[in-house]
Amino acid sequence: MATPLFTEAEWNFAALDRVYRAIEEIALDDLKLDVYPNQIEVISSEQMLDAYSSLGMPLMYHHWSFGKLFAREEQLYRGGHSGLAYEIVINSNPCISYLLEENSMVMQALVIAHAAFGHNHFFKNNYLFQQWTNAEGILDYLAFAKRYIAACEDRHGRDDVEAVLDSAHALMEQGVFRYRRPPKPSKERTLEKRRRRMEYEEESRNELWRTLPAGVEPPAAPPTIDPEEDFGSEMKLPEENLLYFVEKYSPVLRPWQRELLRIVRSLAQYFYPQRQTKVMNEGCATFVHHTIMNMLYDRGLITEGSLLEFLHSHTSVVFQPDFDDRRFSGLNPYALGYGMMADIKRICEEPTVEDREWFPEFAGSGDWMAVLRNAWANYRDESFIEQFLSPKLMRDFRLFMLHDRSDAPNYRVMAIHDDQGYRRMRSALARQYDVGAADANIQIAGANLQGDRKLHVEHKMHSGIPLHEPTRELVCAHLERLWGHEVVLSETEDA
Amino acid sequence: MSHFIDRRLNPKGKSLGNRQRFLRRARAQIREAVQKSLKESAVADIGKDRKVRISTKGTREPRFRLDPRAGGEHDFVLPGNREFVPGDEIKKPRAGEGKSRGKEAADFGEGEDDFEFTMTQEEILDIFFEDLELPNLVRTTLKETPSRTWRRAGITTSGSPTQINLLRTMRNAFGRRLVLKRPRPADIEALETRLEALEHRGADTQEARAEIVMLKEELARALAKRKWIAFIDPVDVRFNAFTEQPIPTSQAVMFCLMDVSGSMGEREKDLAKRFYMLLHLFLKRRYERVDIVFIRHTHDAQEVDEQEFFYSRQSGGTIVSTALEKMLEIQRERYVTADWNIYAAQASDGYTQSGDARHCVEILNEQIMPLCQYYAYIEILDEREMEVFANEDSGAELWRAYRTAASLWPNFATKRIAKPADIFPVFRELFKKSEAV
Repeated sequence: MATPLFTEAEWNFAALDRVYRAIEEIALDDLKLDVYPNQIEVISSEQMLDAYSSLGMPLMYHHWSFGKLFAREEQLYRGGHSGLAYEIVINSNPCISYLLEENSMVMQALVIAHAAFGHNHFFKNNYLFQQWTNAEGILDYLAFAKRYIAACEDRHGRDDVEAVLDSAHALMEQGVFRYRRPPKPSKERTLEKRRRRMEYEEESRNELWRTLPAGVEPPAAPPTIDPEEDFGSEMKLPEENLLYFVEKYSPVLRPWQRELLRIVRSLAQYFYPQRQTKVMNEGCATFVHHTIMNMLYDRGLITEGSLLEFLHSHTSVVFQPDFDDRRFSGLNPYALGYGMMADIKRICEEPTVEDREWFPEFAGSGDWMAVLRNAWANYRDESFIEQFLSPKLMRDFRLFMLHDRSDAPNYRVMAIHDDQGYRRMRSALARQYDVGAADANIQIAGANLQGDRKLHVEHKMHSGIPLHEPTRELVCAHLERLWGHEVVLSETEDA
Repeated sequence: MSHFIDRRLNPKGKSLGNRQRFLRRARAQIREAVQKSLKESAVADIGKDRKVRISTKGTREPRFRLDPRAGGEHDFVLPGNREFVPGDEIKKPRAGEGKSRGKEAADFGEGEDDFEFTMTQEEILDIFFEDLELPNLVRTTLKETPSRTWRRAGITTSGSPTQINLLRTMRNAFGRRLVLKRPRPADIEALETRLEALEHRGADTQEARAEIVMLKEELARALAKRKWIAFIDPVDVRFNAFTEQPIPTSQAVMFCLMDVSGSMGEREKDLAKRFYMLLHLFLKRRYERVDIVFIRHTHDAQEVDEQEFFYSRQSGGTIVSTALEKMLEIQRERYVTADWNIYAAQASDGYTQSGDARHCVEILNEQIMPLCQYYAYIEILDEREMEVFANEDSGAELWRAYRTAASLWPNFATKRIAKPADIFPVFRELFKKSEAV
């Protein structure tokens, strides 16, 4: 039996290093994980709050909404209403994880396994992240965004910059390409384009315009036509990415304002895969830390006391309160994700008759890591649940499905965890995790660039669920500000 | 390879910029909330960090979202079934009641009507005192002000050794050495080793001897050259230059006169103290060089310190003029008008010994007002009295007497306060930034 890597509760850098090596060995050799190089940073609680309020990124442009977020988080934290996350991990290459300095040594080990290997593997291998995010470039891009927005504030005034960012943030969820892959210009092209844009701006700064009475704007720049970016010279309609459309075709925006929209929608796109894989991402990280910590214990590298401390925090992370519990706030993605993955392992190792019927492809195959690696790489929450949620887990969670008609006084129980209900409920749960269906489906239906410049926006309702009225008006006002002319939003039932 | 980076010592407050932007954004709401929360707090708590609850108007972040309550139908899955079977009906929670149904509440509830966070004392006072200033502040006696500051003024060739600009000096020296071709130590060393090698071998040939002679000469020349081309020459030396600049400041003194006699009840005293507390904070914050003189009076006036002024108790009869006389006495002693801007704020319940009011007005008209930049009189009333004296012209003896003074002097202001809520508007009105100075 090996000697334990640490016995003290307090961590130090030497012990962290020993633990990291042991975890790395297990992760790479035994679990065959494939990760970006790790960069692990120890930060204080205040810095953790800072990181919270910049969407978890190490650097971010300035905006009041982040200040608001910070004020809220600080209030909750100081009031003792919420603890801080033990870690934050960033989808970048190298993969940066933050450890909170207050964590005990066991917690640091858990967090390293969770973030630096679990999340890291998922970021590197999941198809959504591979296709839609650029882990190599994100930090450079954020640095550029921060500089650019600061320069805009200096040049055009904080209020003007703030106005554009406010409106862009309001449309952030409608600022992603859901199905079509956005073009990915090379770095040189980006730089070149940026330079050209700046030059254009310099050129179009005409002293004559300054003599006009206030309120008269210089003529708007023509939409930058870029062969690589333009999907044809004609507008493509309908367009689901509102920010993209406005950036390209708004008759009133100036070049720097278009660049701000581009920054916001780039970020929205970067975060979009995370929204689609919450259950899987957390499940993967939780499953990996659970497996690794137990293997460390099996090899005598951590003490029994450490294992108990780890299990204590692990169980609270994967705790799922019932729907009528005061603590209930939806399905816990950690619980569901971890539950499903642990269940896959069980099905591979000790399948029941039911499992063999439901999962003939891998039940009893024994190689659970292969099944999991495949799932982590090729699925998102919706498809993962549709494919892998087993009847046993539905029974364990005692899931039931309700039908809600807005005009009925009651919910109706449609299915429970029994033979008639399994498939139906599984599909319903999968749909619940389909971000594309959970977000309002809003598209640009038409724009009249020559005449009255009216912009037609359409909400394709799903099962007759309309938009929330007051916020609808507020967001439309933002869209109108960016478009510069009237915006008409209609809601129609999606056929 | 080590994978760990210790960031704990990195500068904090990375999101300070965001916070400032947020405060600026929510300015109107915050101002409202700060005033409200100041109203409710005790005297001693003014100027502390405090929780502020603001409405989210102005800092709302709307997004498109679906509203399943307004129409349509959908399915959702929940955990924890115990007794339901298909076909059962469950009553929907009413709006606002759905706290236990976390997901529902999060999905449907507005959830963001109010927003609570903690502001520091600095931030609160900044907001509270914005747009306020001492009226008619005249920049008097610039010559007398002792405050001066040192400002950088480029580079000079003379100065004290502590001000040497090393970078410039070394650069000049280096340039001069290059131009004058001062032999480097390496050059000399090369000559010496060469010479040594030759001498060691022995001067056996004519050529060698000649070379030795030549080397010796060269070496001597080089050494001499090194001697007269100094490494650092006095002409290289540069100093950082500073010039002295007077800071234009104006000296000001604020006299705070408060009635603490028996007729002032606890409530009145509390109101007066709150007013002075604000005044005190305002002056300390905005004007570094304002002297504040605290005078309290009953039938007798005395100068006290801050602590005593705000926190100690005293009682007795009322003769307001004693305070004015005290003020004049102090002014003559310490604050000669030619050099000082003089301000005064007086708080009283308006009652004084009969006949004293006239005396007060005399002192004011003849002696104090010609000296003062601004004189504010705050009368503290009962709420009932406030209704009786709704008309500005009616009031107690002192009030009526002061009204006559106010009509004579444009820089004499009279205001009434009956409840804590009045303090802030009155304060703001008294110290509003005036357009023309």
